[in-house]
Amino acid sequence: MSNNDMIIKGRVVAVLGDNIDTDVIYPGRYLNITDKLDTAEHVFELAYPELRSEVQQGDIIVGGMNFGCGSSREQATAAIKYAGFGAVIAGSFARIFFRNSLNLGLPLINNAEACKKIKKGDQLEINLLEGTIKNLTSGETLQAPALDERAAYLLKEGGLIPYLRKKHVKT
Amino acid sequence: MGMTLAEKILARASGKDVVKPDEIVMAKVDLAMSHENGDVVRKSFAEIGVEKVWDPDKIVFILDHRVPAESEKTATTHKALREFARKQGIKHFYDVGRGGICHQVLPDKGHVYPGAVLVGTDSHTTTHGAFGTFSTGIGATEMAGVWTEGELWFKVPSTILVKVTGEFNPYICAKDLILYLIGKISASGADYRSVEFVGPTIDNMTIASRMVIANLSMEMGAKVAFLPIDQKLHDFLSTRCNTQYDKNLAADPDAVYEKVIEIDVNKDISEPQIACPHFVDNVKPLSQLGDVKIHQGVIGSCTNGRLEDLEIAAKILDGKTVHPECRLIIIPASQQILLEAINLGYIQTLIKSGAMINPPGCGPCVGVHQGILAAGENCASSTNRNFLGRMGSKDSGVYLCSPAVVAASAIKGKLTNPNDL
Ligand code: SF4
Repeated sequence: MSNNDMIIKGRVVAVLGDNIDTDVIYPGRYLNITDKLDTAEHVFELAYPELRSEVQQGDIIVGGMNFGCGSSREQATAAIKYAGFGAVIAGSFARIFFRNSLNLGLPLINNAEACKKIKKGDQLEINLLEGTIKNLTSGETLQAPALDERAAYLLKEGGLIPYLRKKHVKT
Repeated sequence: MGMTLAEKILARASGKDVVKPDEIVMAKVDLAMSHENGDVVRKSFAEIGVEKVWDPDKIVFILDHRVPAESEKTATTHKALREFARKQGIKHFYDVGRGGICHQVLPDKGHVYPGAVLVGTDSHTTTHGAFGTFSTGIGATEMAGVWTEGELWFKVPSTILVKVTGEFNPYICAKDLILYLIGKISASGADYRSVEFVGPTIDNMTIASRMVIANLSMEMGAKVAFLPIDQKLHDFLSTRCNTQYDKNLAADPDAVYEKVIEIDVNKDISEPQIACPHFVDNVKPLSQLGDVKIHQGVIGSCTNGRLEDLEIAAKILDGKTVHPECRLIIIPASQQILLEAINLGYIQTLIKSGAMINPPGCGPCVGVHQGILAAGENCASSTNRNFLGRMGSKDSGVYLCSPAVVAASAIKGKLTNPNDL
């Protein structure tokens, strides 16, 4: 991601509730799929199967508290990212999901009001560095904590793998 | 100002004298554990492009989620991991038939001890807080980073202190205690926090029961959980663990806690606690549930598949039979536990009652094999998650409870308090 990419524009494709767990995001039965790109096919398969066909590149998901709770499965982050979602906004994120998303380069934005104030279909413009969520449909702007330095750096690098490759492997 | 256990261990691991909550530290990792998802780690590691892992002696592989391989795809994964371990010189590889569930094998084989920093590509890695280990789950790519660098950043967590007093009522156990707490503070009630459990009730608990508490602390969001580092633990480790560790490791008396929670198990928990579908914090006392038909019972998993769990099941089922409209699946958490349960006669008793014994491993816990639920079916389970579709159909329901409640429910074919048998 370049500095320009730290601004995300997209349509809200779903507003979900609290405690969206990793089995809901990516069912355990598919954990033997270990190639990141192949995980997309099963995103939200049990609870919200329609999302897989509705999602367009860059769409945004909004959730409530404790988004991504449960398992450490990185497939949950991978499935969201490679299905084409551009970012997740939620009241709070579970710890491992949060780290996985940084590592795979999926932007997460923290705002507790988002799931009440943002509606399905709204167009948003998110500035990750400033933490602003501009709702272009309603005209309202929500404020989220700005990304910390480390997170911003990882996202700019495209995640942990490019970062470590640059650091450790001479090309 | 003193430090909590999490602060002390992270300070040591990051080479500092003092650390404070919210500070970011780079901590040296003592042990890095993966199961089948080591295959995802392996692929991320290959993408990074480093040739050799940082320290093959600090990496452990344990196959448990799909053992023996249930599909060709899994067989291929297992094979790739064996080859990777061989190539990298990773000797701690617990293959099919040589181990069991990762969180059982690590302590049994002496890999965990007080003061160590353990990361595992499994969320229930919190289990090892029962051994005074700073142990937490991470994702696969992050683990590839650990394999590369041998260290990892942590935000120092603030700590919740849970003081537990009182004697357990009949058939109430550690599982009921931790479910009660999760119900009280919610699935995110300890998000990003360390939790220290103290008090006479905890002191009196077996190591196996303390593992239940640390294991399920994950389900309230905890980063790490700690149980007492006491003589009982030293005795447990003395026959298993060869690593020298600091026997006096403890939180400072003037450590600062974010919050203190007090529970009197005798007063507060008078009957079995059940986590109802589809959230672990949807906890209710059994009597509030009315008649809930149970089609399958499961006793096993990293939460409750230990010898004491099989013992209580065998006691309850001795001379009785599983209800004709219910099936009961028993999965000892490790080969070692299976062997001990055979020697003690528990397995015979359970088989005679009509239970099916699965091979040690995760079994149906994560919805892969060996006991998947059909639409409309309910399962009483001693495992730790009841998320939508976790054990099979999205139209099935998992009721999390103690092994004693599973056994009683299997006899009656409905959710049953063992005291009512
Ligand atoms: S028994 Fe269940 S919760 Fe424990 S490690 Fe296996 S799949 Fe995970």
